[in-house]
Amino acid sequence: MFDVLKVRKDFPMLNGKTMQGKPLIYLDNGATTLKPKVVIESVCDYLSQYSGNAHRGDYDLSHEVDEQYENARMIVKNFINAKKVEEIVFTSGSTDSLNMVAYGYGRTHLTQGDEILITVAEHASNILPWFEVAKETGAIVKYIPLDEKGRLTLENVKNAITEHTKIISIAQVTNVLGHKAPLKDICTYAHEHHITVVCDGAQSVPHQLTDVQDLGVDFLVFSGHKMCGPTGVGVLYGKYDLLCETSPLRLGGGSNSRFNSCGIVTLKNPPYKFEAGTPNIEGVIGLGSAIIYLSHLGMNDIEAYEQELREYCISKMKELDNVEIYNEDSTGAIAFNIKGVFSQDGASLFNSYGIAVRAGQHCAKILDEFLGVTNTLRVSFYFYNTKEEIDQLIEVCKKGDDFLDAFFG
Amino acid sequence: MHSLDEPRILRGIIMDHYDNPRNRGLVDDESYTKVNMNSDTCIDNLDIQVKMNGDIIEDVRYDGEACAICTSSTSIMSELMIGKTKEEALKIFDNYMNMIYEKDYDEDLLEEAIAFKNTHKQANRIKCATLGWNGFIKIIKEGEE
Repeated sequence: MFDVLKVRKDFPMLNGKTMQGKPLIYLDNGATTLKPKVVIESVCDYLSQYSGNAHRGDYDLSHEVDEQYENARMIVKNFINAKKVEEIVFTSGSTDSLNMVAYGYGRTHLTQGDEILITVAEHASNILPWFEVAKETGAIVKYIPLDEKGRLTLENVKNAITEHTKIISIAQVTNVLGHKAPLKDICTYAHEHHITVVCDGAQSVPHQLTDVQDLGVDFLVFSGHKMCGPTGVGVLYGKYDLLCETSPLRLGGGSNSRFNSCGIVTLKNPPYKFEAGTPNIEGVIGLGSAIIYLSHLGMNDIEAYEQELREYCISKMKELDNVEIYNEDSTGAIAFNIKGVFSQDGASLFNSYGIAVRAGQHCAKILDEFLGVTNTLRVSFYFYNTKEEIDQLIEVCKKGDDFLDAFFG
Repeated sequence: MHSLDEPRILRGIIMDHYDNPRNRGLVDDESYTKVNMNSDTCIDNLDIQVKMNGDIIEDVRYDGEACAICTSSTSIMSELMIGKTKEEALKIFDNYMNMIYEKDYDEDLLEEAIAFKNTHKQANRIKCATLGWNGFIKIIKEGEE
């Protein structure tokens, strides 16, 4: 197991950054994560030492960029254990990737009356593109019911599937409730029924070991910035034959091999047909460094440590009688409220103590129908958080009644 | 130091208006002009209604879901504005915004609204403290067009 105090030294934001005059305690890792020096340096290195375009030039510099860019693709491939490196498409993030699947694959494979299954706990980016594609194709978006604790179970998936189901699009871990879906079992069952499974891995891939071949998932998306990488870069993984059947949404330089004035275009093969235009080269290189960094720490150790932090936090919160927890037994973020305090006022109170927590509907705007509350506070940990930070969070929870202190700091 | 400057008192004002918002609840009356103010960045979502009688603001109503800062600032705004002329209301509004954005302002015009004088210290709350006010002024200004 890694030494968390040593790990923290890798993060400039954890060494000197203050908020409201107090050392930053960053507990909004579901939103984005902090960056270690190695990632920052790799981005700077590209910008200062070998800045050039990828796949565009016949000179050494361009070749060097190509090598680093394609090396990052190989790093991602190994990280999620994809079968082929060509199954890794670089995108601007999970949202971009999900839109690419919905419009590029969903729109061309769905017809009138087909069903797309999602859940009410999905992030907006795994709902809104499907709404739109359904509108265009005549397909129907249906919801797999969650169990009483907000979990997605194989049983409920089985019950929701009909002969019309064509696509299941679900988060492996949801961003508010944080429950882990039995993804492998869902994929197995879905494939027996010729259903394609799309997985939003934004909240899972950064926190646990991912093996797409073992899971059997058809498409998997995730974001670089939620796993110590730069913003504006993410991944679309797709089984190679499915990527071949997927249409690119954007066309342009780098995505075609040739075209003529009659409008006959020959697209390149995946992944290049999806990467028109100059990509986010420094982002991709930074993501590669982030993955190497995480791999050195060990994804299993990261998961185990975060689980320890979560259990510690839950046990401390349960000692307080003014805290309501909405997802005691899950693995991801903790959704809670301080009784009698509107979540936004609560977040403001935490802010005044230098603690970053999220308030709101967390981009899962139909979840309130399930939770029965319209908004919650959310704390989400990463491997660089500590029990001492949680102790401070708990101390502030105790001050809930004085939430206006924040305003008069 | 102004007698109301003590944090304990300012806090008391906010809590009082949060726990017992004045003029809250919409009315089904076509003589009111209504606007929805839904914050892009947070949860606050209020409907504001204003009824004019010539140049006088006869009534201000609001309802919706909002935090303590948003609810109380809107409640205080409604009390301040009712009975004022349009010109007086604009002056109060300008002074309030000057206070929020740390410019010079006349605190006598703002009465209980000075409870929000520290908003700039928590910059993320500026939206909360101005949502209801901006909704009100939108109605007033649109009425002029």
